[in-house]
Amino acid sequence: MELTGLFFYLVSILIAGGIYALLCLALNIQWGMGGLFNAGIAGFFAIGAYTSAILTTGGSAKHLGGFGLPVIAGLVGAAVLAGLTGWAVAKICVRLKSDYLAMASIGIAEILRLVIVNESWLTNGSLGLAGIPRPFGDYVSGRSADLVFLAYVWAIVLVVYLVAMRLYDSPWGRSLRAIRDNEESAAAVGKNIERYRVQTFVIGCAFMGVAGGLSAHYFRFLSPSATDPLLVTFLVWVMLMAGGSGNNRGAIVGALGIWTLWSVTEIFTNRLPPEWITRSSYIRMLLVGLLLQFVLQKFRSGILPEKSPPLRFRE
Amino acid sequence: MIDFINFYLFPALAIGSVYALGAVGISMIFGILRFAHFAHGDLMTVGTYGVLAAAAIFPVSPLLLVPFGMALAIVSALAVDKVFYQPLRKLPTIYTVISSFGVALIFRSLVQLFWGSQNQVFNSGGVRPPLVLFDTFRVSVLHVQAVVATSVIALLLHFFLSRTKTGRSMRAVSDDPELAQVAGLDTEKVVRWTWIIGAALAAVAGMFAGMDTSAHPNLGWNLLMPMFAAAILGGIGKPMGAMAGGYIIGLAEELSSYNWIGDSALISPSYKTAVAFVIMIVLLIVKPQGLFKGRLL
Amino acid sequence: MSALLSVRGLTAGYGGPPIIEDVSFDVEEHEIAVILGPNGAGKSTVLKTIFALTSIASGIIDFAGTNLATCKTSKLVTLGVSAVPQSSNVFRHLTVEENFDVGTYAAPPADKAATHEKVLQLFPDLRAKLKQPAGELSGGQRQMVAIGRALMCEPKLILLDEPTAGLSPAYLERIFDLLLDIRQTGVTILMVEQNARQALQIADHGHVLVNGRNFASGTGKDLLADENVRRSFLGGAAA
Repeated sequence: MELTGLFFYLVSILIAGGIYALLCLALNIQWGMGGLFNAGIAGFFAIGAYTSAILTTGGSAKHLGGFGLPVIAGLVGAAVLAGLTGWAVAKICVRLKSDYLAMASIGIAEILRLVIVNESWLTNGSLGLAGIPRPFGDYVSGRSADLVFLAYVWAIVLVVYLVAMRLYDSPWGRSLRAIRDNEESAAAVGKNIERYRVQTFVIGCAFMGVAGGLSAHYFRFLSPSATDPLLVTFLVWVMLMAGGSGNNRGAIVGALGIWTLWSVTEIFTNRLPPEWITRSSYIRMLLVGLLLQFVLQKFRSGILPEKSPPLRFRE
Repeated sequence: MIDFINFYLFPALAIGSVYALGAVGISMIFGILRFAHFAHGDLMTVGTYGVLAAAAIFPVSPLLLVPFGMALAIVSALAVDKVFYQPLRKLPTIYTVISSFGVALIFRSLVQLFWGSQNQVFNSGGVRPPLVLFDTFRVSVLHVQAVVATSVIALLLHFFLSRTKTGRSMRAVSDDPELAQVAGLDTEKVVRWTWIIGAALAAVAGMFAGMDTSAHPNLGWNLLMPMFAAAILGGIGKPMGAMAGGYIIGLAEELSSYNWIGDSALISPSYKTAVAFVIMIVLLIVKPQGLFKGRLL
Repeated sequence: MSALLSVRGLTAGYGGPPIIEDVSFDVEEHEIAVILGPNGAGKSTVLKTIFALTSIASGIIDFAGTNLATCKTSKLVTLGVSAVPQSSNVFRHLTVEENFDVGTYAAPPADKAATHEKVLQLFPDLRAKLKQPAGELSGGQRQMVAIGRALMCEPKLILLDEPTAGLSPAYLERIFDLLLDIRQTGVTILMVEQNARQALQIADHGHVLVNGRNFASGTGKDLLADENVRRSFLGGAAA
């Protein structure tokens, strides 16, 4: 593979890796800090993707559009809508055992998928939305646009990372982790457990929506298959578990690591004879499933385990 | 009216049977092992393909081959419990839920690896004409078989749970696991039987579902949410309640697309699967213990 | 006569700091022994530890030659040790009949029907309630079901954790009479009790724990008469 080709391949890996890092950071806020099991990441990702796409595309006779807003507005809309949906789900489930939230989140993801596929007036159904703009799309195009996008994605990752770190160290974050580790004592001290949990879930969902929006703007095209639960929900869980749940740095490392592994193995499997290519995708699925089990049993805290931040006393 | 019975009521009872059988397993596992088994749908798929594989070898009606599906599902469930779930039992149950999420993927990819991902139709000797009763009612033979089989299983299950030692032990463990240990009950045997019964019933459900449409790798996963809804509706830890819940969900789903008001369907058929979800959400808001006062855990 | 149950140097807790430390006492065969002490003294923890429901740091629990400290919870019934926890001590969704039946699974008695009859003679009120779910009975009746279930396996030793807790005064009297009847059938009784005075009146031996450690031991009569014991926690609380 010639050098520029290799370089831009790396760029594409880093872009997708950045979007995954965003998803992992979001999930870490929900699971690592809040102890909530969100099994419907794909749903919130989808809401964000479609909201951002609809808000930013030009008009079309076939579906809702024509707002032509700038990308940043699209992403904000994505965050808001995904956050609102998360709020509804959390409000209903948060006082029950975590298994119920898991079921409800899968349900909402499924319902959203149905809406996306069936309401073509909104989403153009399975045909998908085309012509989704890139940020700064008027100024750059082609390969340089990819580089610009790479910077854009990672700038957002940085912002979210800083926000997450701030949350982690804050009194809010500490209360949250106290609730996660020992709910009874936290309640005894007077913490409103439900409110914290809802807040956590909403913030995480909002960031997942942003990730979805970024994905739509990257590929410039969006269809229901872009939110495949295997790639979005499942892989993100494996990434977070492997990288270190409860740990923001670990979330990013896990995302980049697992995504690189996934992409690189794809190079090899693409070279296999045709009958083996489909086989190999199932083998990859199987290995990812096994990897999750392995990480759950041996490295629950992941490669970079959680370290409690030193308490800072007012001087 | 006749159309209603033929095209809505009978199919509703048939899909209700599938949901009932699956929901029983989910409710029992939730009650005894205390976690939501996300791999239960794919366990059904494993059962379906077990029957399919046997049907490729033995030229008899697939219904007679259901023991093969059950055997494959039981072995898979026990293996998965031993290797993946048991090591996590000392931890908060949410870890086992996450693990079951992964196990679902493992089952699905193994099925695809061995059988490919296209739909496979059960060869039940050509297309059978529907049963015609009283010259007006038409019902597919398979649907009748599903409802009859489920009813028989329901009776057997009730007998097992209320009259046998193992059944009573299972109810005791579901009621209070610590007291069960103090009373000296063999909790490991109870866990084993939970998987055996859950897997066997899932295989039967999978077979009927597969024969009704076709066998494909996502068969079970697609049915998971309605089965969860049914288990919650019936009350967690109440297997007979889950059976009732399965039928209620089946009826709600099928009857929702009937043209109750005017000429067109009340709810568009493409949103049929949303019905179970809405019911589940309403339950979680209003009455999470379900109809038969199950446990909230 | 060597003791049926011999506890030596027991230190245990729930994962954090130990609740009981270096606790030792004996229980003779066919006797009624009581563990007493103020709230938080660790009385229930002693029983739970015998039943392997806590983390044992050190100590020996010798029961007829076997060290119970190394056994898992469900094994104890098979060795002849039965327990009645303080709360959630019946299977609420099972009928009274089923509760009794379940009590025979781990260690079946030689003649189940005879044992069943024996238990019903101890609790005649329950005869009419056999088909009712245990959760629907009153507190006192539930307690009887719990004790009955524990007796169905014909144990050598039965542990009771505050059997009179939350019971009406009528049931209180009956429970203590009941314990004497149970002892008549040959079962040794070790119990934790808050109603110290009444418990000591029927007990052969009492062991007082304070702050998780041995404080005093003696016969029931001696402890009742002892000034220190009376003042430290019997004081004021006329049972």
